[in-house]
Amino acid sequence: MAKQINVALIGNPNTGKSSVFNILTGLSQKVGNYPGITVEKKQGTCQLERNLKAHIIDLPGTYSLNASSLDENVVIELLLNKKDKDYPDVAVVIADIENLKRNLLLFTQIKDLRIPTILAINMADRMKRKAISLNIKELEEKLGTKIVLISSRKKTGIEALKNLISNYNSLSLTPCINSSKIAPEYFKRLQKTFPNQDLYKLWLVVTQDVNFGKLNRKKINGIQPFQTESKPNLKRLQQKETIARYLFINDTLKKTLSIDSKNAKDLRSRFDKVLTHKFWGYVIFFAVLLLIFQAIFDWSTYPMDFIDNSFTLLSEWLKNNLPPGVFSNLITEGIIPGLGGIVIFIPQIAFLFLFISILEESGYMSRVVFLMDRIMRRFGLSGKSVVPLVSGTACAIPAIMATRNIENWKERLITILVTPFITCAARLPVYLIIISLVIPEGRLLGIISLQGLTLLILYGLGFAAAIISAYILDKYLHIKSKSFFVVEMPNYKLPLLKNVGITVLEKTKSFVFGAGKIILAISIILWVMGSYGPGDFNQAEEIVLKQTEQQNLSQEELTIKLASFKLENSYIGIVGKFIEPAVRPLGYDWKIGIALISSFAAREVFIGTLATIYSVGNDEVETIKERMSAEINPSNGAPLFNLASGISLLLFYAFAMQCMSTLAIVKRETNSWKWPLWQLLLMTALAYIVALAAYQILK
Amino acid sequence: MLSIASLKIGQRAVIKDFSVDVVPLKLLEMGCLPGNEVTLIQEAPFKDPLYLTINGSHLAIRKEMACKIEIELING
Repeated sequence: MAKQINVALIGNPNTGKSSVFNILTGLSQKVGNYPGITVEKKQGTCQLERNLKAHIIDLPGTYSLNASSLDENVVIELLLNKKDKDYPDVAVVIADIENLKRNLLLFTQIKDLRIPTILAINMADRMKRKAISLNIKELEEKLGTKIVLISSRKKTGIEALKNLISNYNSLSLTPCINSSKIAPEYFKRLQKTFPNQDLYKLWLVVTQDVNFGKLNRKKINGIQPFQTESKPNLKRLQQKETIARYLFINDTLKKTLSIDSKNAKDLRSRFDKVLTHKFWGYVIFFAVLLLIFQAIFDWSTYPMDFIDNSFTLLSEWLKNNLPPGVFSNLITEGIIPGLGGIVIFIPQIAFLFLFISILEESGYMSRVVFLMDRIMRRFGLSGKSVVPLVSGTACAIPAIMATRNIENWKERLITILVTPFITCAARLPVYLIIISLVIPEGRLLGIISLQGLTLLILYGLGFAAAIISAYILDKYLHIKSKSFFVVEMPNYKLPLLKNVGITVLEKTKSFVFGAGKIILAISIILWVMGSYGPGDFNQAEEIVLKQTEQQNLSQEELTIKLASFKLENSYIGIVGKFIEPAVRPLGYDWKIGIALISSFAAREVFIGTLATIYSVGNDEVETIKERMSAEINPSNGAPLFNLASGISLLLFYAFAMQCMSTLAIVKRETNSWKWPLWQLLLMTALAYIVALAAYQILK
Repeated sequence: MLSIASLKIGQRAVIKDFSVDVVPLKLLEMGCLPGNEVTLIQEAPFKDPLYLTINGSHLAIRKEMACKIEIELING
């Protein structure tokens, strides 16, 4: 029987922990979420020996066990709960040779939990260049562990690491620090009340907001001796703990680690001189932004056109080859046009995540945070808001999750609230089709394309709305929070192709499947609602024949009349007619109204909805754009999509909060319905007013 | 008393004390402890934030916090 053990990878951010995970697990890894929260859970398997398999879990990066975010909480919850099915048999702490001092803080904490712990020192290939030497034998003795030097870049030391993992039983469990030294009197009291518990674990339960097996934090706090320590006192004790740990670490490393700084080659400071320069730093950052936008809006058009054509061909082929019937209609009129609307985003999303992961992996993102902090703070944001705002151009969902490392709650909340204004990829197809319908193809001064300019203005508008509303929120939100900001400036690294590739693949996959499910469901619902109806719908043929008796219509004209009569009397038509009075002042008809409403599930549904509504009962395969430009406004006989209604629609999409998934994420991240509901209400009200004004002025 | 905010680029100093009641734990965890060495590497416009090396770790903090960390310069 093959045996399987649980291995947890733990480490500070920027230590190459994920690269080690990628090497160990390869493509066997699975990325999911921890139940109930949106923290990524990465796990995979690795064959250690013939009869020994490791189930490896890559825990979120953390600087210590004193959790200050949801991600960090996951680490401590797992390490304290022996009953968890993922509870590690052995922990591997990944450290970076250049930051060994700081990395050892976390190591000593894990070790003190009496979990077998291996220390894997990464980036060992840099030791020579940095003139670092390490007495491993002595360090192993002092820390009471086994140490392996690895390089995730050069893929060295991996076999040795696997070997150590297999022999985890021989690791010493002696703690590094006698925790009762931190505050002898307090720990004596702890011990008295819980004679059977491990002191350091108890201490973590007292100071952290986590549950500890059966020992619930509330229960512990209910017991008298613990009431005596006030919160600030506990904080002070935590500080004492940190200081005690650093004393131990500094003492240990003094004897085992030496850096010959004279012989160290320092590329980092040369890069920093330019990239964080007061002038050139900004020039380079804006050049990088331009490059990203160039990729998203120019390079990705080629694969997008290809996808668009493929879906049209597929739909046509299916129409001709499937046996006629309700089910075939559902596929060709409901599902395929709906799915086409999501698959077309893949190139843009992939490009964006490609750039973001390269910028993060290389260490450049921290420099951007450093450069932008002061500027962003004027608007109530943080330098760390740059990453969410840039990610927001792909999708607000990962962007809002990326706000987690903003320490200041007010800055984080404002970032979460304004991110949905940033033009996400889902708005793009709506923009593109409407722009191509209502904006002429000409060029301004013979150079700048009017259509391109409109798109640029819409992006600017989204960014301006985000910044201005952040400024207003900063003035009116009265939230007291200590403004404290620290960002690690990691060393520059050449991004590893494998890491970047895996990130792009995972992010794109989760976007497509997440949004895909909603779109699929909605297109099926819409198709059913459009293909069935009450009362008149079922006598459609007789009624239409009677109405048109005297008009002497050709067969073709009759079919069109019948189709539009059926649509108007279907369930979807009835709902549409009901809401029409609300959207008429904005210049829309009931079909756009339906598309608008279904867009509240996800914006990109707009095109799919119109495609579904227009193709119900319509046998000809036309592009959706052709159908849209043929639509007539019944009140004045002019084309329905004209400059006034088009601009009004563009503005509505620019400002409205139309994305259920984003609202759900905001609810999770802010832990209340209050914020997402305000977001929905205010953004949509703003969108309605602006669209109304635009239509009434331009009409 | 000098603070980190008064350092010039390239200057080295030793952290002496904090002029704030409760020091953020995260800062201590990053190695910002009395007795440890600090060097100013780079400053953003308006000297905010500051890019430092503290106890061998490279990090950036805001001026506001930097003002509250007292130091003593190392000569040479």
